[in-house]
Amino acid sequence: MSANHEELTVGESLRRAGISRRGFIKFCTATASVMALPPWMGAAMAEQLRHAPRPSVLYLSFQECTGCFESLTRSFAPTIESLIFNVISLDYDDTLMAAAGDAAETALATAMKDNFGKYVLVIDGSVPTGAGGAYCTAGGRSAVDILREAAQGAAAIVCVGTCSSFGGIPFADPNPTGAWPVTALVEDKPIINVSGCPPIPEVITGTLLQFVSTGQVPDLDEHRRPKAFFGNTIHDRCYRRPFYDEGKFAKSFDDEGARNGWCLYELGCKGPTTHNACATIKWNGGTSFPIESGHGCLGCSEPGFWDKGSFYAAQSSAEWGKAGTPSPRRALELGGAAVAAGAVLGVASAGVSRLRQHRSEQDAADHNQKEG
Amino acid sequence: MNLLDFARGPALKVAIAVFCLGVTWRIAAFALLRIRFDLNRPRASVFKFLAGGLLTVGSRSWPHREFIGRTAAGEALGYSYHLGLFALVLLFTPHILFLGSLFGVTWPGLPSSLITVISALTLTLFLAVLFRRVTNPVMRMLSNFDDYFSWFITMLVMVTGIAATAHFGAPYETLLGVHILSVDALLIWFPFGKLMHAFYIFPSRALNGALLARKGATS
Repeated sequence: MSANHEELTVGESLRRAGISRRGFIKFCTATASVMALPPWMGAAMAEQLRHAPRPSVLYLSFQECTGCFESLTRSFAPTIESLIFNVISLDYDDTLMAAAGDAAETALATAMKDNFGKYVLVIDGSVPTGAGGAYCTAGGRSAVDILREAAQGAAAIVCVGTCSSFGGIPFADPNPTGAWPVTALVEDKPIINVSGCPPIPEVITGTLLQFVSTGQVPDLDEHRRPKAFFGNTIHDRCYRRPFYDEGKFAKSFDDEGARNGWCLYELGCKGPTTHNACATIKWNGGTSFPIESGHGCLGCSEPGFWDKGSFYAAQSSAEWGKAGTPSPRRALELGGAAVAAGAVLGVASAGVSRLRQHRSEQDAADHNQKEG
Repeated sequence: MNLLDFARGPALKVAIAVFCLGVTWRIAAFALLRIRFDLNRPRASVFKFLAGGLLTVGSRSWPHREFIGRTAAGEALGYSYHLGLFALVLLFTPHILFLGSLFGVTWPGLPSSLITVISALTLTLFLAVLFRRVTNPVMRMLSNFDDYFSWFITMLVMVTGIAATAHFGAPYETLLGVHILSVDALLIWFPFGKLMHAFYIFPSRALNGALLARKGATS
């Protein structure tokens, strides 16, 4: 936690740490490639960062499980230590900082005051508003009050994880704490959602680095996620995609198909509707990702993923759930009721038709009688 | 609620309810219509009467020898795209999974690549069917809005389905949402348009054949 970050540029900080200019450019190029930016962006990023003062970053944790922060600490490119020691000035993070109590709260207030309008606010966790915000408090203040105050002086807000981005598990039905994502509570600041449960560490650090190096909010999709990381679906980039195209699907987690690495679509994989970089950047320094480990994608980086039915129901049947469970039974009951209503209408229509036919015949008979 | 959730959630439920209600309504209404009592003495036994009905279902499903030169191509076209449609609806794995989630029964599907080929062939046949309808003077005179709209909505389902499978032009969930919405529209239209022939065609042939058999005629 730096106190003198305003005086120190990133370049100076790196020089003192013994990192050469060449090494720094290589680092920036690697980061740019992870973010799928054009090759020239690496050098431009390095140049910009070298002369820029290390920006103040405040990391606030609300209704969350710290999984997102655990993920962040496992970033390989850039590593969390290179990020916080060389590129940013992490002025508040209640998980990492040694200070506690009044000292920590004073650090937060000082950082907000000294960097008003310039700091990057990172939010981890949803914001509960039920019971006057009593479900999540720090220093005697509710999360919603802290968020609103901190947001006022933020240059941008980066929501780390699905909870702060879309509400996540706390927001899921029945949402007992009245939880909301940040976008529902803050409207006048640039907000970048880095969703995932947790997000990929390189996606968190890459997004932060891109913002601090360019000062620009990256291109975002309709859910305010950086397109560089969330532009494709898992399915688009999945190494098992050829099996989907061939119609080869694993039917259970231990059958021949599963052992052959066939597509997990039938086992509920949400890859086709999930936008994330798991299939390309992967996890643990590019080791693997859930589908590579034999389990379907849960769709954790999408809004409302917790309320979208079983993780093990195939995409095409997700709305109904498994046959025999209450949801499809209700659909069949609805169909049955419609059939009964249709039968009643059909009997009534036929009755009316027969009545008209009878009247018409009677009229014809009467007419014939008169004629006769 | 996004487009996909809406399409396969409330919209699909409403569509299925309208489909079930409409189909039952029309079948019941026709089945219960009074058939004029035939005062003539039957020319055939009850057995021949019933057999005549069944035989007509078969005989009218095949071009008559006398007209084969004029009707064979049209019938081949009709059979081909119907078979294509059956394959697409019943043998594509995501469709099987959807039906399985509703009824609890699944069966093996065809490879996606084969389904793509069948889709392309069926689509071509569908265009040929439309071409024939608008270029043949008799067909054109017989056609009305119902024919063209039924063709359009079936075509729409196929085109959106192909786009969703090929991830063509928009994100997968948007394409899938649009595809399922087009299916919803088809289900709603089905009972009230000529698509209802799926339920009427064989009973009507059987009834015609049986009534003719009663009069001693063959069909």
